Amino acid sequence: MSADLAARKIGVTPGIPVAKAQALYPDLTIMDADPDGDRAGLEALALWFQRRIAPIVAVDASGGLPDGIVMDTTGTDHLHGGEPAMLETVVRRLADSGFTAKATIAGTWGAAHAVTRYGRGRIVIVPDGGVPDALCNLPIEALRLPAAVIEGLRTLGISRIGKLAAMPRAPLTLRFGPELERRLDQAYGRVAEPILAVRPVDPVSVARNFAEPIGAAETIARYIGKLVPVLCEGLDARGDGIRLLDLLLHRVDSQTQTIRIATARPARDAKHLTRLLCEKIETIDPGYGIERMELVAVLAEPMEVRQRVSSLIEEEEADISGLIDTLANRVGGESLYRFAPVESDIPERSVCRVPALAPDDGTTWPAGWPRPTRLLSRPEPVQAMAELPDQPPIFFIWRGIRHRVRCADGPERVFGEWWQGDAELTIARDYFRIEDTAGDRFWVFREGDGEHGETGSQRWFMHGLFA
Amino acid sequence: MTTKGSQAQKKPALEALQATIARIEGHKNRKRAVLPFGVKAIDTRLPGGGLALGALHEVAGGGNDALNATAAALFAAGIAARTKGKVLWIVTRQDIFAPALDQAGLAARRVIHVEASSDNDALACFEEGLRHGGLGSVVAEVGRLTMTASRRLQIAAEGTGTIGLAVRRWRRQTEAADFGQPTASTTRWRVSVLPSAPLPVPGVERPRWMLELLRARSGECADFEVEGCDANGRIESCGVALPASVADGAHQEEAEQRRA
Repeated sequence: MSADLAARKIGVTPGIPVAKAQALYPDLTIMDADPDGDRAGLEALALWFQRRIAPIVAVDASGGLPDGIVMDTTGTDHLHGGEPAMLETVVRRLADSGFTAKATIAGTWGAAHAVTRYGRGRIVIVPDGGVPDALCNLPIEALRLPAAVIEGLRTLGISRIGKLAAMPRAPLTLRFGPELERRLDQAYGRVAEPILAVRPVDPVSVARNFAEPIGAAETIARYIGKLVPVLCEGLDARGDGIRLLDLLLHRVDSQTQTIRIATARPARDAKHLTRLLCEKIETIDPGYGIERMELVAVLAEPMEVRQRVSSLIEEEEADISGLIDTLANRVGGESLYRFAPVESDIPERSVCRVPALAPDDGTTWPAGWPRPTRLLSRPEPVQAMAELPDQPPIFFIWRGIRHRVRCADGPERVFGEWWQGDAELTIARDYFRIEDTAGDRFWVFREGDGEHGETGSQRWFMHGLFA
Repeated sequence: MTTKGSQAQKKPALEALQATIARIEGHKNRKRAVLPFGVKAIDTRLPGGGLALGALHEVAGGGNDALNATAAALFAAGIAARTKGKVLWIVTRQDIFAPALDQAGLAARRVIHVEASSDNDALACFEEGLRHGGLGSVVAEVGRLTMTASRRLQIAAEGTGTIGLAVRRWRRQTEAADFGQPTASTTRWRVSVLPSAPLPVPGVERPRWMLELLRARSGECADFEVEGCDANGRIESCGVALPASVADGAHQEEAEQRRA
């Protein structure tokens, strides 16, 4: 592992026993090593490097644990103003993000690895042919050798790479196996060591150029029909399905028209996707013509394989995700929802909207009290005559019409939710279900409990309509 | 002999004609499935003994309820609750209170609500839902419903066997006269609220509706007095004497039996 400047100041170095480190600094926080986490973090960093610096980038775990990044910068340094400037940029960008980094450019992976970890200097550039000099005085640990080999070499009194490289090869191989010579050769560039680059998870996309610009809706539809199956093949190879698909139409006047479709579940069905795209053709303006069509799977997710329900146990519910997509692309995703219960006694807060295909959590509303079929979006004030404190109105006037109350049920008292704010600390509502002489049934409430002024204004409101 | 022979010759011609009609109507080999109400008085009045599945049915509110269509919506919810599978509920202005549907037997997890921006959009979604075939029923709250639109919906429903329920709801009382216009729907209902039965104690009894069957394809008009949906979406015939149109012969006896 490694130790930072503060650690070195108090004497903690890499490889020190935990007990000794604790003796040096009693308040030391001890955590287990997390190689998987390190690797994941370094892989993310490698992808960033791949986009910014060079195409061949990998996590360097050749020393046993993932502790660095290796890149092949051949032919890319001129893009960044030369090798020193490039390394300076890399180290400074990492320092801005809170990482202390060292960087080396050398002729071989092994040499760069050794110089970065055991050499002095934050940024080192080993010149062409300078590898033997650079390695000469470095400790043999820098050679990425197994611990047993290093132990053996130390017993022989060999501690520097230069000394090791000067020794005859045959006895060393006989004693320590081929690994030692392989690592030496790799460091000196006598055998090749390829870098297995990280693969970016880039979006699947297909494109088509047109010799003659196209403009007619039918033509666009036909080429959508040709592109989508190709895209689906690409997705099939990855085992992914579309969640978000963009169709980019590059016009001859350098403007781009887009169609974006979203699906509720990962979809790979060419027919379905074609249909979703074709439904939106009318929204695009071809202008002077379209010379390039590009389909990009912006968001793809693995297609999940679900076991079919055995007909012996329960009937399988039809898959309606296709319908949901069609409707969502017509009316908009936010206009398509399910209602789900929320634990609140205040009626307007007791329902929330969830996505149409959200999993069911099995909760329901309490069934004890009848609830109106229609709930007014905001309660409407009514003039009412009622006996205090807890009698239903005798009559009320709503929207200019006077209703005489024939029978009523209530009150159902709902208290304010004090955790929502101080204003709701004392308030209460008394709900009544009332039926007028014509048979119309309403849900009215009084703001307040009919006795105490702090519970509300004691005015009446219409809140819902029963069937 | 001659008369017999001519009859024997006539019959195939008649059958051929019937087959032709059936073919034109597009449901030759399919026995129409129905969804019975479970109320004998109503089911016997409907061709096939219940509300035809794979058909369009219209429901409107009567009287003051024409604009809010509360009873009509709950009546539709009760029917939808008794179908199998998910339910698509299309509205143009959302004021449905989901707990009420839940209390009518239509659990919230079964209902997917669609808020369309216009009547035309709502009808397009309605048709899309009916054509899909994977849904139990599709309910749409629409105002204007033309002959052409309703015929499209009826054909879409016939193709898949999904029941379509158009809850007619208008924005102004004057527009409610539109309900007199002919449509291609299989049945047409009007639901009006009635005062509930008096209770010996303060409170409101189970709601009562006047259910008017204004039109039924190959059936007759009728009206019924029923009690509103229970927790399973079932309506029930009222315990009191049935209205004159139903209170004839056999139905009267059945009503007596139900009361007993």
